[in-house]
Amino acid sequence: MGCSIAGIIDEKGNRFSGEKIICAIKKMYLRANGLGGGFAGYGIYPENSDDFCFHIIYNDEKSRENTESYLKHDFEIVKEEPIPTRTVKAIVNRPLLFRYFLRVKDEIKKQFYEMTEEDIVMRSVMKINGAQAGAFVISSGKNMGIFKGVGYAADIGKFYKLEEYSGYCWIAHDRFPTNTPGWWGGAHPFGLLNFSIVHNGEISSYGINKRYLEEFGYRLTLHTDSEAILYLFDLLLRKHKLPMSLAHKVLCPPLWSEIEKMPEDERKFYETLRIIYGSALINGPSAIIVSDGKMMFGFTDRLKLRPLVAARNGSKFYLASEECAIQEICPLKKGDVFFPKVGEPAIGKLRNTEQTRNKGTRNGHGKFRFSSV
Amino acid sequence: MESSASVLCKSSVSVQCIRKANMKKSLLFPDFTVTRDPDKCIQCEVCVRQCAFDAHSFDKEANKIETDNSKCVSCLRCATMCPTGAITVSEHQQNIKKNKNWTEKQLKELYKQSETGGILLTGMGTDKDYKIIWDHILLDAAQVTNPSIDPLREPMELRTYLGAKPDRIEFRVQSSEFRGQNKKLRTTNYELQTKLPPQLKLETPILFSAMSYGAISLNTMRALARAADECGIFYNTGEGGLPKELYKYGKNTIVQVASGRFGVDSDYLDVAAAVEIKVGQGAKPGIGGHLPGEKVTEEISQTRMIPTGTDALSPAPHHDIYSIEDLSQLIYSIKEATGYKKPLSVKVAAVHNIAAIASGIVRAGADIVAIDGLRGGTGAAPTRIRDNVGIPIELAISAVDSRLREEGIRNRASIIAAGGFRNSADVVKAIALGADAVYIGTAALVAMGCHLCQKCYTGKCNWGIATQDPYLVKRLNPEIAARRLVNLIKAWSHEIKEIMGGMGINAVESLRGNRLRLRGFDLHENELKILDIKPAGESM
Repeated sequence: MGCSIAGIIDEKGNRFSGEKIICAIKKMYLRANGLGGGFAGYGIYPENSDDFCFHIIYNDEKSRENTESYLKHDFEIVKEEPIPTRTVKAIVNRPLLFRYFLRVKDEIKKQFYEMTEEDIVMRSVMKINGAQAGAFVISSGKNMGIFKGVGYAADIGKFYKLEEYSGYCWIAHDRFPTNTPGWWGGAHPFGLLNFSIVHNGEISSYGINKRYLEEFGYRLTLHTDSEAILYLFDLLLRKHKLPMSLAHKVLCPPLWSEIEKMPEDERKFYETLRIIYGSALINGPSAIIVSDGKMMFGFTDRLKLRPLVAARNGSKFYLASEECAIQEICPLKKGDVFFPKVGEPAIGKLRNTEQTRNKGTRNGHGKFRFSSV
Repeated sequence: MESSASVLCKSSVSVQCIRKANMKKSLLFPDFTVTRDPDKCIQCEVCVRQCAFDAHSFDKEANKIETDNSKCVSCLRCATMCPTGAITVSEHQQNIKKNKNWTEKQLKELYKQSETGGILLTGMGTDKDYKIIWDHILLDAAQVTNPSIDPLREPMELRTYLGAKPDRIEFRVQSSEFRGQNKKLRTTNYELQTKLPPQLKLETPILFSAMSYGAISLNTMRALARAADECGIFYNTGEGGLPKELYKYGKNTIVQVASGRFGVDSDYLDVAAAVEIKVGQGAKPGIGGHLPGEKVTEEISQTRMIPTGTDALSPAPHHDIYSIEDLSQLIYSIKEATGYKKPLSVKVAAVHNIAAIASGIVRAGADIVAIDGLRGGTGAAPTRIRDNVGIPIELAISAVDSRLREEGIRNRASIIAAGGFRNSADVVKAIALGADAVYIGTAALVAMGCHLCQKCYTGKCNWGIATQDPYLVKRLNPEIAARRLVNLIKAWSHEIKEIMGGMGINAVESLRGNRLRLRGFDLHENELKILDIKPAGESM
């Protein structure tokens, strides 16, 4: 599909209004067709930062009742409310939109003692979204939320009153769907736990990515290929404990001919990685921004068939499909903007957390070494 | 296609047998008519010398070449070699009354059996008119929303690794900081903990199927070995052992351990890149093999490790495998014997319960499951078995791949599909259904000159392929045959790249199991369900 994507992260963790990201994505409206737009914001619920926040879209009251009784079974509901919206003429046929701040009940943790809290949340999300009961959990992380729907992203942002939220990281997407219908659940970003992704592209490997993920208990129910990328990140980062940089090398591995030229230990590492995770390779044109709340990570497919530009200015790091989107919200000097090369991600990281202190080169790359036993 | 040449003459049917059977008059009539253009024929006798079935002879008294149509098998050797193009072979026109039920073929088989009392024998894969599912599966291509990729401009990767893969990668992370010129630098070291089980590295997802020395000639084997070496792929010895002179191709060799255990010793296991336990083959599931003593020449006796002139019998089952746990013991015996350094493959015929069988094989410890479908070839098989037992490979691949994924063990073994792969499109479809690679046997033989006359079991192959007759064997030049095989593999690889590029895929791992890029056309609902593909016209 077509689409535009954008993202901003303040590496010092300073929060700022959602207005900026709306302006940025609005600038690229020619890349969209009004059949889907959305945003993910991190750091927007500081009062409930320890609770899982579910944003759920419902077709009707009945689906809400059923889903809420299911939620009550597994979770303590700390707070529940409709997601605030305003009337926007262009946004029609809106579903019911609710958010819940949840804690996993102790007895459920005991029952599923082999699972982490996150595993239990993932199981619930898969269950609700797979039940075909008119309810879709569109975000399920902590101190973050996804706001999306059918319409141009700028209108969706206005509809959800995003200017009233402030967060330290925002990603956005404006959609031009081709393969799959424009519907509220199918708009980007896609989220699971703290992960959210926006994707401009089409995955020609989706068939196998989907089947691979299903082996690990993921259910792909949103009628869109982009969903697979999200779960691949969840699998690789959360379950297989890969760092983001290596997860990226799973999705977009170096060519065999490049691997062969690497020094012995590095070659062995990448060879092993590619042999094990062949089914997780993302093929087809793609520009992707993914965030886990600690970093914002942008990359393109192995041939760079979709655009992605990056810029660093002050403590802020920007990613967008087109430079104009960044220019719109930040006066850039020469040298601020750079174009990630094929196979090289562009990374913005929160600097105050333990794992992300590493700054490395301009595009956030740390230095890696490889060894083997 | 592999294994022993023929079942005992006493219990089988051949033209020779019929002649020996001392019947007054055979009711059989010829299958083919050989026409010789008298204007073109120069009486050079090439045809006489080329035909091992003695269809042509020179009549000294009449001073002309005679042809006995009843002996012609339509291998087309004479027609190909005739310097003036004087010979044409056509179907024999006999006005047998048309009958859809009692066809000419049925009648001839009845005549043969009533004249000899034997089992009907044949060679190669079934020629029966079963629906070919490959021809009802259509491939996808990228248009507009997804650019297709030009393999001549962009990298296109076919490299395939066969063997067990771990569930996930394990490594240790160590971070160290050191002071650079004016700032602290941080280095992260990833120490790989995962030890990958042994893998076969293929430059293209195609291997030469098992064909044994005995069934095929040494020259044919030489050609297969050289071509495998040059293409970065593998050939399979079949169950007839490995001639010492081919040990130098060990790194491209898969050796078989079959029920007869011919030629199996520690050198044989050590020299190979992988070992395959052959339980069954698609052309004759549940059937053993028999190489008659007269074919056990000095060389074959050396290679198979049996006395010269004795019958080489492959029992129907392995007599040490009567159950899945027995298979597991053999798998681990071989793994112990080879130091866990080689992938272990188990080859079975695609039978009705193939998904459960394959799952058992994986759990028993195999690194590769090779599945041979209904159309798998052979050097010799009872016709009734070849033509009626097993299931099509298309359905078997899908059933097995789905089952292994449901059980979460798909990564624990690779799947090699076999049985009648005719071209690169078949290969692409097999991989998209879930195979890691395919074995080709018949296609490779055709590349070397085989014309599918299905008389391999007679040992008289005029093309020098399925024979041990020194006069015939030297007709196949291993250099030329190897070159033809390399060309075939190259051509198919180019085509696979072209098809993948059209789909917007640049690595074969993104094609493997990607059933969304397949559509069924004119397939029954149940077939679509088992193949797990959508009907043509239905979008994502």
